[in-house]
Amino acid sequence: MSIHRPKELSLFDGAILGQAAKDAVVKLDPRQLIKNPVMFATGLVAVLSTALTLRDAGGEHFAVMVQISAWLWFTVLFANFAEAIAEGRGKAQAAALRGSKSSAVAKKVASVDARDHQTLAAEKLKAGDLVACEAGDVIPGDGDVVAGIATVDESAITGESAPVIRESGGDRCAVTGGTRVVSDRIVIRITTNPGESFLDRMIALVEGAKRQKTPNEIALTILLVGMSLIFLIVVGTLPAWASYSGTTIPMVFLIALFVTLIPTTIGGLLSAIGIAGMDRLVKFNVIAKSGRSVEAAGDIDVLLLDKTGTITLGARQAAEFIPLSNVNERDLAEAAFLSSLADETPEGKSIVALAKSRFGLSEPKSGGTMTFIPFSAHTRMSGVDVNGTEIRKGASDSITTYVAEKAGRTPGGVPKELVQSVERVAKAGGTPLVVARGDRLLGVIHLKDIIKPGIRERFATLRAMGIKTVMVTGDNPLTAAAIAAEAGVDDFLAEATPEKKLELIRDTQMGGRLVAMCGDGSNDAPALAQADVGVAMNTGTQAAREAGNMVDLDSDPTKLIEIVMIGKQLLMSRGSLTTFSIANDVAKYFAIIPALFLASYPQLQALNVMNLASPQSAILSAIIFNALIIIALIPLALKGVKYKPASAEKLLRRNLLVYGVGGLAVPFIGIKVIDVLVAALGLA
Amino acid sequence: MDAAGILQILIYIAVIAALTPLLGGYMAKVYEGQARFLGPVERGLYKVCGVDTAREQHWTGYTLSLLAFNLAGWALLFGIQRLQGWLPLNPAEMAAVPPDLAFNTAISFMTNTNWQSYGGESTLSYLTQMVGLTVQNFVSAATGMAVVVALIRGFASASARTIGNFYVDLVRSTLYILLPLSFVAALFLVWQGMPQNFDTYTAATTLEGANQVIAQGPVASQVAIKQIGSNGGGFFNVNSSHPFENPTPLSNIVEMTFLLMLAAALTNTFGRMVKDQRQGWAIFAAMGLMLVIGLGVTYWSEVQANPAMVAAGMDGTLGNMEGKEVRFGIANSTIWATATTAASNGSVNSMHDSFMPLGGMLPMINMLLGEVIFGGVGAGLYGMLIFVVVAVFIAGLMVGRTPEYLGKKIESKEVKLAMLAVLIFPVGVLGLGAASLLGMPGAIQDGGPHGLSEVLYGFTSATANNGSAFAGWTANNLVNNTLLGFAMLLGRFVVIIPVLAIAGAVAAKKSVPPSAGTFPTHGWLFVVLLVGVILVVGGLTFFPVLALGPIVEHLMLGAHTLF
Repeated sequence: MSIHRPKELSLFDGAILGQAAKDAVVKLDPRQLIKNPVMFATGLVAVLSTALTLRDAGGEHFAVMVQISAWLWFTVLFANFAEAIAEGRGKAQAAALRGSKSSAVAKKVASVDARDHQTLAAEKLKAGDLVACEAGDVIPGDGDVVAGIATVDESAITGESAPVIRESGGDRCAVTGGTRVVSDRIVIRITTNPGESFLDRMIALVEGAKRQKTPNEIALTILLVGMSLIFLIVVGTLPAWASYSGTTIPMVFLIALFVTLIPTTIGGLLSAIGIAGMDRLVKFNVIAKSGRSVEAAGDIDVLLLDKTGTITLGARQAAEFIPLSNVNERDLAEAAFLSSLADETPEGKSIVALAKSRFGLSEPKSGGTMTFIPFSAHTRMSGVDVNGTEIRKGASDSITTYVAEKAGRTPGGVPKELVQSVERVAKAGGTPLVVARGDRLLGVIHLKDIIKPGIRERFATLRAMGIKTVMVTGDNPLTAAAIAAEAGVDDFLAEATPEKKLELIRDTQMGGRLVAMCGDGSNDAPALAQADVGVAMNTGTQAAREAGNMVDLDSDPTKLIEIVMIGKQLLMSRGSLTTFSIANDVAKYFAIIPALFLASYPQLQALNVMNLASPQSAILSAIIFNALIIIALIPLALKGVKYKPASAEKLLRRNLLVYGVGGLAVPFIGIKVIDVLVAALGLA
Repeated sequence: MDAAGILQILIYIAVIAALTPLLGGYMAKVYEGQARFLGPVERGLYKVCGVDTAREQHWTGYTLSLLAFNLAGWALLFGIQRLQGWLPLNPAEMAAVPPDLAFNTAISFMTNTNWQSYGGESTLSYLTQMVGLTVQNFVSAATGMAVVVALIRGFASASARTIGNFYVDLVRSTLYILLPLSFVAALFLVWQGMPQNFDTYTAATTLEGANQVIAQGPVASQVAIKQIGSNGGGFFNVNSSHPFENPTPLSNIVEMTFLLMLAAALTNTFGRMVKDQRQGWAIFAAMGLMLVIGLGVTYWSEVQANPAMVAAGMDGTLGNMEGKEVRFGIANSTIWATATTAASNGSVNSMHDSFMPLGGMLPMINMLLGEVIFGGVGAGLYGMLIFVVVAVFIAGLMVGRTPEYLGKKIESKEVKLAMLAVLIFPVGVLGLGAASLLGMPGAIQDGGPHGLSEVLYGFTSATANNGSAFAGWTANNLVNNTLLGFAMLLGRFVVIIPVLAIAGAVAAKKSVPPSAGTFPTHGWLFVVLLVGVILVVGGLTFFPVLALGPIVEHLMLGAHTLF
């Protein structure tokens, strides 16, 4: 199977544009149009205008009426086109995801031990079904491995080409539909019903078909409907006020006034903005289960981040050997070196590497017996027996107890010097490993947490956005505080357990704050579910993935930052275009009002500040501008407005200047230019 | 524009700003139950009325109590007017008020509008003025204050089911705020020469030998509350340009201070009750900014001489003195005109109808913007908070966060309710105004754009619950009395109900502490945004009719065309 990665689409991809043009017409269906009240009103008005034009065929304003009606239809079509482009881009992303799914065939088995299977299409699988997958099979649906271990190629959804291990039990049991088993055989319990897998949900979101409006989108739609109603009253009552003034306004001009005033710009682009937001998320390889969660991401106040793997590199590194005063540093290094030779953990390897580089130690020639003692949770130490000499390394208390027992002393009475060394390491944010040979304590190895490069800057960015970061770690408070200070997080939760994490989230939420976190293990599931935004790692368990409301396919916890930014950008695009849309009305008034009443009150020419050629040309230019601005803003709607992390006040000042003041100025220029063209072409 | 005029304007603004924290702090104490000097009276009232002060109301209960109380007040006032011929304290032997006028007047005083389709001294008995109108002057103001206090409580409390007790808020507003202030004010006005008696009208022979009937009565007690409670209904037809209703320059400045005093101070009460006085001052600044702009334009417009008059050979150095009391002059007339229309008061000391076209447009705009430039006591602030909801919503989106105000998230419910309240103005002014134009075209005396301005002003004033008027348009007929009555009801209750619903909705919400991502609502940026939203919404709604009225009249005046 080839790797289908959503690739960067050019803003105006030919195929998408062609399809979008067709879809724009299909979307004229009133049943679809009514979902967007502003565009529905525009559509109704276009119908009315067309009917009036046909009735008055050959009349006084016929030529202008034909053009106005045409531009009204274009307004609706342009809005549909914007939505269709966004959907088309989403579909292109989704097609790749879906491609791998549709062809899958499932081998349904009756029980975990059953050898024979029944073949059926993947779409027919229900939650609870058991399926077997062997090397070469495409996993037919999301689920948990209940038996066996296998390597799985997940590149179809993650883009990571190295296969990963999936096995029953533990935190590595979740598999995703559409990925491929490379070796061995596993039995999977399917956990989602047809059409409900998170991939399905994401496809629906980016395609826009089943997109639910998000809370803020609903609120904004209400605002836009309210504004439209105000303008309906303004335009609806105008004939009465005008007739007192001795003016009869042709119906089609009233219609033109109404459509130019209602917020068609934002109304036309609203759903495109929403879909494009989802689309950006997919590009970042994050799958959201609802638009709501993306919006919530923009509101996040507190971000919980696991220390290991997020803030620090997964593995700690040996940084230093600290011998007791009566011990040679080289002796300590040698003991540490020997005890770590068979230690495959990154920490063990780093001890070997450090010893080699500091003292040029090399592996002992064969001869003599070396028995390795692996680490166990019970003894909390590991080591090696070299020709009967026991070398051990481990946590301070385990080693001192061990040494005391060896010497036949009662435990306790740890040398003060050792305690000091251990504390020094802990305070510096490191992990102390104590080394002993026989019954003699040698010293301490300083294992250092390595802060990920660039992470400090990211936290500074978050702080500028008003987001507080909290590091969650199992370390003791001393170590945690040191790492927190080095990484630049605002706060930390030390000696964390899943319960403490959940409690922290609840407490924070009680204070009215929104919390985001990421997690992968099954024991993270309650916290993921409790958090307002829970991002599950794709490598995590199915339980975690179900509990969160987003899944990060790259399993990169720092991506929460991008998610927050995408959420904010989504809201900002809507807000800025709303402001722009409403600010536009000022210029439209200055174009249309003098035009309507010039016959009765020639003095109103003074309001024609744009000096438009004629009343007809003024009205036509305003309506053409109103339609074209939708097209002109499609790229902005798809890309989102520019967002640089900054304080709310700075953001508002900038956006008010660009979209508020800009929204006042742009149509004055635009309408004037169109008017010049309309007059030059003799259109009105 | 002269230095003396500008100095008067500056002094006026300084006095209002200085009184704001004083009165505001006192009112916050009152509503938080810390003012107790009338404790026995207060407790006695609750006992007689069966009010359980411990029982707070859900917003629906609060609204129902408010509506029931107002309905009862309306019925009482309607009854008194219809029966005044048989009732005592009627030395001038006034007959029953006709039903459509009584309907209109009862609504007018219940809604704190005090639109007067009648002339007080020629229509109403002393009993009607005192027991009918003056009582409503107090309780309609107290109703507005109760509503805003409920709304403030909604923002100030967290996860609360209730928003206070209407009857307690009503009693406290009246007992601790309106009554003491009015009492002192009335004594002051009597000292300045205002009548306060039950005498029959005095017949006098003027120096020229003509006979004149001099109307009088319990004037001071009504004028005090009409100014303080943003009522505006004069004892006499010509309101505070009448020497008995505004005897001296000192009474004039004091009465002008009363116009805005409580409405301005409530912004500070708001700040104190939400535990952040800066929020109150931001609202004050937004209101003040619009007031100063309006005042400046009106003053500038009125110091211009009417070009048609100058062309006819008149001396233009005095500016436009038509319809102005020479005792007060242009500066004091424009301050009053601006303040009274900003404050939803509607009392006048000059004839707005005679202002220059733009000078007359500004008072109209003050009202058309939603009567939120300080506005009526209570009503101005809750109207302003409606716009705050809209402004905060747009601002929130622009900074990429679900909008919040004072820690409360502004969501679709609040936006819906706010938009409902905002819609009332176009319905009342444009809709009912258009109905009047179609149904009663003969009511307009002056032709041309000025006639349109008169109708527009009338429905604006009624919907805004202001009560002032452009003369020259006959309101006292069946069609207009009825339409204006509905405009006043719309402007009052169809705004109050959504406001109380918002109070209930925000009260129930958790309070979100501010962070760096929260948009601060106490800075200049927010003040400018808020003013911008108000101007844009008002401007977009009313630009077409203003263009057909005062704007075109102004343009035609340049060519010396008069109406």
